[in-house]
Amino acid sequence: MKKISSNRIGWAFLSPSLAILGFVGVLPFLFVIFIGFHSWNPFSAEKGRQFVGFENYQLLVFDPLFLSAMGRSILFTVLVVGLELVIGFLLAQSLVADFKGKAIFRTLYILPLVVAPIAVGATWRLLTIQGFGPIPYFLKEWFGYDFNISQNTFHAWTTIVVMDIWHWTPFVTLTLLSGILALPKDPIEAAQVDGASKWQVYRHVTIPMLMPIIFITVFIRIMDSLKTVEEVYMLTNGGPSSDTTFIGLHIYRSVIQRTDWGYGSSMSLLVLYFTIVVCWILFNSISSRTQKAK
Amino acid sequence: MATKQRGNKMSARKKVGLAGTYLLWSAMTVFTLGPIYWMFSVSSRSPVEVFDKPSLFIDSFYWQNYLEVFEDRVVRGYLINSLVVSTTNAVVVTVLGFMAAYAFTRFKLPGADSIFFWTITNRMGPPAAFILPLFLIMTQVAVAGDWMLFDTRIGLILIYCLFNLPFAIWLLKGILDGIPIELDEAALLDRASRFQVITKIIVPLSAPGLAITFILTWIFAWNEYLFAATLSAANARTITTRLAEYVTTTGTNYGELAAVAFIATLPAIIFLVFIQRYIVTGLTFGAVKD
Repeated sequence: MKKISSNRIGWAFLSPSLAILGFVGVLPFLFVIFIGFHSWNPFSAEKGRQFVGFENYQLLVFDPLFLSAMGRSILFTVLVVGLELVIGFLLAQSLVADFKGKAIFRTLYILPLVVAPIAVGATWRLLTIQGFGPIPYFLKEWFGYDFNISQNTFHAWTTIVVMDIWHWTPFVTLTLLSGILALPKDPIEAAQVDGASKWQVYRHVTIPMLMPIIFITVFIRIMDSLKTVEEVYMLTNGGPSSDTTFIGLHIYRSVIQRTDWGYGSSMSLLVLYFTIVVCWILFNSISSRTQKAK
Repeated sequence: MATKQRGNKMSARKKVGLAGTYLLWSAMTVFTLGPIYWMFSVSSRSPVEVFDKPSLFIDSFYWQNYLEVFEDRVVRGYLINSLVVSTTNAVVVTVLGFMAAYAFTRFKLPGADSIFFWTITNRMGPPAAFILPLFLIMTQVAVAGDWMLFDTRIGLILIYCLFNLPFAIWLLKGILDGIPIELDEAALLDRASRFQVITKIIVPLSAPGLAITFILTWIFAWNEYLFAATLSAANARTITTRLAEYVTTTGTNYGELAAVAFIATLPAIIFLVFIQRYIVTGLTFGAVKD
């Protein structure tokens, strides 16, 4: 595709965005790199900022708190992104055909998407709180089952995963549905005419054509679930003990509550690096696939 | 006879499928609305009733929870802050995002792909990572006399660009990619100015996409918590920070907490109902092209 020349106008259009992202994105980022090489806790015995080189990173690689928080975040991300992709895809598929009341069902279904994460956490806390929360109450009343997210790690994890599915599966469904609806009809019809079974059409025509949008959906969800903070902060506050302390919450506590600025900065830099590498791999596989499609 | 039977069989199968669809979606609706209904239900209870055993029905409504919120000048201020910050931010990122997307799709800028990926990386970092440097910048660098960027609405509006601007650029790039560049070229050949091309052709054609971008970024800004909680102290605090304040204080009034949660959720729900018909076709992020 030929693009219109005179790039100066293009840069002029781009520059305000770049300027703002430079101020709120690059500047803090450089700051984080800088602080990450220091030991700096304004409320500790030695108040000043001291240059320590790579010491923070050397400590981090063996820090069990950091590593376990990172491990929990990865496990959480794999669990929820996997489940949401499968459920979201099946639900998107059921929304392709027309049926009466579809628009209403769809609108109600995407409501959780717009609820503030902090309110999502509050709501699920109200659902699972001991005493008047309906989930533990009725599980006890009807099945004699003790459900307590503040003491049982498995219960806490189950609640968090279900909460995340409740909150974000609608997003997966929406993007996949818009992908399915935008698919060109010809290849599918051609395959049908050639006598391919429904499953074959699906497996060899529909899914490959949907791959780019599936990748992008996974990409966005990985990015967002790795930095989940508010929902968990409100629901379990990282407990029981620290079994649901994900990396975002761990960093938040290190930087804000323990004011361990130097160590917290190097931690966040490692996490950012990890996210970028994962997403870069995904991004490249999207690009190469769309290139192949062209 | 045979064909008739076969026809009946087919429609019976279709009926079962349809019944399954309705069953599935009724169950999904219960699952989706349950928590929201419970939030509303708790907001109807007085501080005493809250601790009663859970009831699925709302018998009496304790309006005091809502009145308390609206009568509280501080909370009203939080609501106004939320409104101003999210509206201004959404306008800014939609306009700037549109301009950037136009530049990405209409010009052959060297390194455009890398710049585009870089804009998205701004959305990747854990927000907690940016809080400290932003705090330092806002309290020590962006200062003029007694004034500092910390705890101002402008500060929050700028910071929300960190996650909203990349999103807007990404979404709008996908939409502008779908508008053939030949339209621009034809109009430019007919001696239309660049400004006319944009206002007369591109903006009208991408109007639904612009609306979706505005509303989604508005919702993201309205819902943001971490930055608002740490980069404002008194003057610029938003409604989401109020919610967390309920939990950290002892003797939580759960009825009022639920009322604030419901109030904070309502505007986004209203917005959503308006755009739900466009949202289905507008979220492809440019990944599917025919």
